[in-house]
Amino acid sequence: MVSPGALRVVRCGGGAQRGARAVYLLYASGDFVKVHSVNTEETLRLLCGHADLVTDIQLNPHNHMQLYSSSLDGTIKLWDFMDGIPIKTFTVGSKLLALYALAGAEDSVFVVIPKKGERDTFQLVSVKLTKGAGQDLEGKELSVVLDGVGASPKQIAFGREDSYVVSVKDVNLQVYFFKRKLLNRFSLSAAKTKGGDNRFSCVVCHPTEDCIATGHADGKIRLWRNFHHKKAYTYSALHWHHDIVMDLAYSLEGTRLLSGGVESVLVQWHNESSCQKDFLPRLGSPIDCISMSSDGVLCCTLHTDNRISIINSNLRFSRSIQGLIKSRDVKTGLVVDPRTKALVLNGEPGHLQFYSLQSDQQLFSLDIVQRQYIHQAGLKQSDLVKVAFSARGTWLATVEESEEVADPELQLKLWFYSEETQSFALNTRINTPHDNHITDMCFRDMDELGDDSLILVTTGRDCVFKVWVMVEDSDPEAHQSVSWSCDFVGSYHNYQATNCCFSEDGSLLAVSFEETVTVWDSLTWDLKCTFCHPPGNIRNICFGRLTCSKYLIGATDYGFLCCWNLLTCALEWSAHLNVVVLQPDPLSEHIAAVSWLSKESSLFVFKPSEPWPVYIQRNLCKEKILLAAFVPRDEPEMISSEKYLWLRKSQLFFLTDTQELMTLSTKSLEERLTPSSKQLAVEESLPVTPFSVLLGKHRRQQAQEDTDLGKPVVHSKQEQASPAVKELLHTPAHVLPSASFLCTIFINSLLISKENKSAEEVADEVEMESEKADDESDEEDVTAMEEEDTSHVELLGEMTSKLSKSQEKELRKIRKMDYSWISAF
Amino acid sequence: MAAYKPVVVQACPKLGERITQDTLYWRGYKTPVQIKEFGAVNKIDFSPVPPYNYAVTASSRIHIYGRYSQEPIKTFSRFRDAAYCATYRDDGRLLAAGSEDGSICLFDVSGKAPLRQFEGHTKPVHLVGFLSDKYRIFSGGDDYSSKLWDIPSATEIISYSEHTDYVRCGCASKVNADVFITGSYDHTVKLFDARTKSSVMTIEHGHPVESVLLFPSGGLLVSAGGRYVKVWDVLKGGQLLVSLKNHHKTVTCLCLNSSGQRLLSGSLDRHVKIYSTTSYKVVHSFNYATSILSLALSPEDETIVVGMTNGVLNVKHRKPEEKNENSQKKRQPAYRTYVKGRSYMPKQEDFCVSKPVKRVLRKYDKLLRSFQSSKALDAVLEPPIMLHTPEVTVAVMQELHRRGTLRSALAGRDEKQVNLLLTFVARRVIEPRFTPVLVIVADMITDIYQPVVGQSAIVDKQFLKLQQAIGKEIDYQEELLEVLGMMDTLFATFTKKRDMCLEENKSNGVTEIIETNRNY
Repeated sequence: MVSPGALRVVRCGGGAQRGARAVYLLYASGDFVKVHSVNTEETLRLLCGHADLVTDIQLNPHNHMQLYSSSLDGTIKLWDFMDGIPIKTFTVGSKLLALYALAGAEDSVFVVIPKKGERDTFQLVSVKLTKGAGQDLEGKELSVVLDGVGASPKQIAFGREDSYVVSVKDVNLQVYFFKRKLLNRFSLSAAKTKGGDNRFSCVVCHPTEDCIATGHADGKIRLWRNFHHKKAYTYSALHWHHDIVMDLAYSLEGTRLLSGGVESVLVQWHNESSCQKDFLPRLGSPIDCISMSSDGVLCCTLHTDNRISIINSNLRFSRSIQGLIKSRDVKTGLVVDPRTKALVLNGEPGHLQFYSLQSDQQLFSLDIVQRQYIHQAGLKQSDLVKVAFSARGTWLATVEESEEVADPELQLKLWFYSEETQSFALNTRINTPHDNHITDMCFRDMDELGDDSLILVTTGRDCVFKVWVMVEDSDPEAHQSVSWSCDFVGSYHNYQATNCCFSEDGSLLAVSFEETVTVWDSLTWDLKCTFCHPPGNIRNICFGRLTCSKYLIGATDYGFLCCWNLLTCALEWSAHLNVVVLQPDPLSEHIAAVSWLSKESSLFVFKPSEPWPVYIQRNLCKEKILLAAFVPRDEPEMISSEKYLWLRKSQLFFLTDTQELMTLSTKSLEERLTPSSKQLAVEESLPVTPFSVLLGKHRRQQAQEDTDLGKPVVHSKQEQASPAVKELLHTPAHVLPSASFLCTIFINSLLISKENKSAEEVADEVEMESEKADDESDEEDVTAMEEEDTSHVELLGEMTSKLSKSQEKELRKIRKMDYSWISAF
Repeated sequence: MAAYKPVVVQACPKLGERITQDTLYWRGYKTPVQIKEFGAVNKIDFSPVPPYNYAVTASSRIHIYGRYSQEPIKTFSRFRDAAYCATYRDDGRLLAAGSEDGSICLFDVSGKAPLRQFEGHTKPVHLVGFLSDKYRIFSGGDDYSSKLWDIPSATEIISYSEHTDYVRCGCASKVNADVFITGSYDHTVKLFDARTKSSVMTIEHGHPVESVLLFPSGGLLVSAGGRYVKVWDVLKGGQLLVSLKNHHKTVTCLCLNSSGQRLLSGSLDRHVKIYSTTSYKVVHSFNYATSILSLALSPEDETIVVGMTNGVLNVKHRKPEEKNENSQKKRQPAYRTYVKGRSYMPKQEDFCVSKPVKRVLRKYDKLLRSFQSSKALDAVLEPPIMLHTPEVTVAVMQELHRRGTLRSALAGRDEKQVNLLLTFVARRVIEPRFTPVLVIVADMITDIYQPVVGQSAIVDKQFLKLQQAIGKEIDYQEELLEVLGMMDTLFATFTKKRDMCLEENKSNGVTEIIETNRNY
């Protein structure tokens, strides 16, 4: 089951009112709506049922215990969020981008939908909610209210007593009065005055007066009055933000106006005057959305890095809800902290986040850069680029560099884990360890020798690799006993050093210099031997482990995966595969390689001793997988299928370029869900880890796998022909196995045709075919096979999303052909 | 929500001598007092009782100096020829000295004429000492013999002639009244027990022994000779513990400090080295004008007296402990204000409100927090910060550069401020830890104030100074690079052979792989 770990918060609704205080915070996260208790800081309920992204949520104005939600799958759902059950589902049919529920209109809601036939044009329509008996109802009675509105929910607002609606887009402001059926349009001058950008970014209406507040891209807030008249309207401006105003919110009485933007400062304007304002600075990251609770006591801000801050009415920061923090760019890679088994990656700017996979919580955030972060466009920020842990997790090495290309400001920091404070403390800081960017860094992992033999190796674009060792301080009065200093500088023909890796026993160091891999003795720092597989620079290298420790694996830019034998100094095997990520499992011999061929990522798991993969997962996901990590399990999982034995000791996690965290799991949906839902039924107040629930329920159609073949999977989406059947029909007859073999699969697939065949099954069949293909190709010339490979790779690159039948056939062939590298040996 | 993070000021480790507790301790002496003696000072001995007078043996006289007197308070000059090794008894009342003619004189400190005279040595006596029972004297002479004398009867008790060269140094055990050691130019140190007829132990030092010393515990023995200072474990039968070679000329004298934690050695190379007796590492060293012959340290390390070959006596007194009077003057708040409310135990129904911790920020941090770049730069350009902690100034400049506001902060300054800025930059730009930042600053200043060059003589002068400083630095770097190039060629000739092997290896590896590739 592939599941995104990242919270994708779309918009948060206000807290529900109960008694005097806001008790619940509701927010949409991915395909779910989460109900969060403000007091206990726990997720109480997970409302799931939407098949696509939830775009907006609104409390039912007539019943505070009910909630409307709209989604891209074209449905509006009415929930009882206290019990977590859907009451009604209204199917609208087209994508819903925003939702507004009004107190005045009892039987209709307003939604924003794309205009038919035109791209990027949206209209505000009112949907009549029919009062039927059943749960699933149609909501097809649409009447257009406004045309040409913005797609964002922030760009439409309803005015006092719902008498008018305001919409902003670009430099235009439209006000539509319901009673008078009058549409007033105002527009600002499009010319960029004084370098400012006049465009509207958000709009909000005063709750008691006829006043509209709009936010602009140049940081101004305009307050519009008298807009009943086309000519005699007036506006005044408030200006504090230096960049785009992301969202505005009025307090309950309208005396205070809150605004937020990229500065990550929440500004509170009193009485609409520009001189009276309060600030809540340094909220951590740009504010995306502001929401007031219905009783006006609390306010929450939603940040661009997946975080919600809850703020008191007197502008005091109260608490925050955070999962996996989204950073601008995960440069550090996915690293596993050996101590806590948490995933470690870039968090807030300049911070390292320790994310617990078990609890879906951020364990802590370590400030590495230790500098005030200033949110301003065009500044050269310095951020964390490399992280390495020693084998026991007692030492942490970090590299930070500024974004300047030519002369980066580099710092290498070494942190020691202190048992007393239970946190990392800075031990050594090395300014400009290399003259140019650092490309890779690794510790020598030697468990048995203890920390005294620790060695850190860094490689840089300044054509050298450096070895850092710990030195004891001779002065007994010094306040720390050890520090780090450079021990050896190595280079090879003035090539840029790109990767480094220690063998399992720590005796050998492999450093790749552009096209060449060099192997060094870690005792004497002598160059032992070199390996090369031209053309193409080395992208990744790693040593085999356990029984395969005599092998060195390397992946090149030109799409070759090579395995060298260190004893014979010869190439053991090579395969044609465009490897993006090469990740060895620390607990077994297996190595995972993720390849990327236009628009699909595939996973290969292999042992270096055998040239054929142990496991293949085609089409893992549509996004490019950037990083992967094996996380050791607490206890080995019982896995019946031999195919998944490599998942026994550790679990594989991926991070895609859209920063979604995914994992491979062998458990089926029901198995995962039952424990947590049972728990829910038994004791309501019991804390349920949201991750377990989230893990179980979320699934993506195109990327999933299930061990139990043919096990019914409860999910309903597109009723399309199962891919197995499709494949069966489209595969050329001469490559198919015997009909008797295929019969059972075919019939099975027909029997459960309502469910989606998981992609994994498809892969199974492909594999089966490929095995057959292998048999055939035994006699074929090996060199010819490789040539064919390259030509097919090019073909894949040109492949479009829509495939004709003949093209699809071609694709099948290619899929089959890709396995030919197995038979090359 | 994060609080404001103050600017990180990078602390650079100081190059050169590291300041330790020892350097601070041994530096705590006043400027030395120089006293001219008649000849080379061969022995200095402190009286073990207050007021810690010291006897200085030089030429044919023994001078006794008081603690702070620069004139001798007493002189013994009844020697026909040179006197040697005037030594106090443990009670500080008797003084014994050898002489060139082979006689040993015993003086009462308060009297003038010798109380006793011991005749028996046929050659000059360079070593005299009291055993710790106070009634016997041991001596060593250039006639290769060492003798033991009874004070009351003035007779010789026993004579050992085991050394094969001059006996020049010795020391009595403080623990055992019968044990003393002598060191001789025959490269050996011998340990004698007055109850036996021959030496108990012989230690081979390897060089003519100039000075020996026993630790107060009697277990360790230190010998000095040649360039070496060696420490021996007597209880283990004379096993060598450690051999120190920190002087580059003959070590002439040894001395322990009063606590026994530090060992001092003086040498002809004009240095006094101080060792820690736990690690036997040099913790400090003194420099003198001429070669050192003798050395003594008063009890409590109050005074260091060093005698040299040219007859100069160098006396250093310890600085009195500085009493910080200001802090005492400041009126302390009454004790009860401190304990007020501290002892209150909250009751169960009490509602506790914790007081927020107030963070103290530096002035420039406060200004940076509110984005006042120019004022923040002003704050760190104030003379106390600029002169004493230039790293703070540079750190703030770097932070401003990072924020992209350095140019506007530097701009719009008057003559005086530009002068100040340029002085700072010209002075510090050559320091390696500041160079990257200050080069940017210098660049910007030149850019900004280019139009006004020639309007102010002071600023023009500073610009010239900056140019000079940078020009000098460039020349210096060029020179360094030249030296580096020369050294590289030298090193290359040394390692040529090994590289050849490596090259062979490399080519082997590559060809092999190419071959294997061809196989596929």
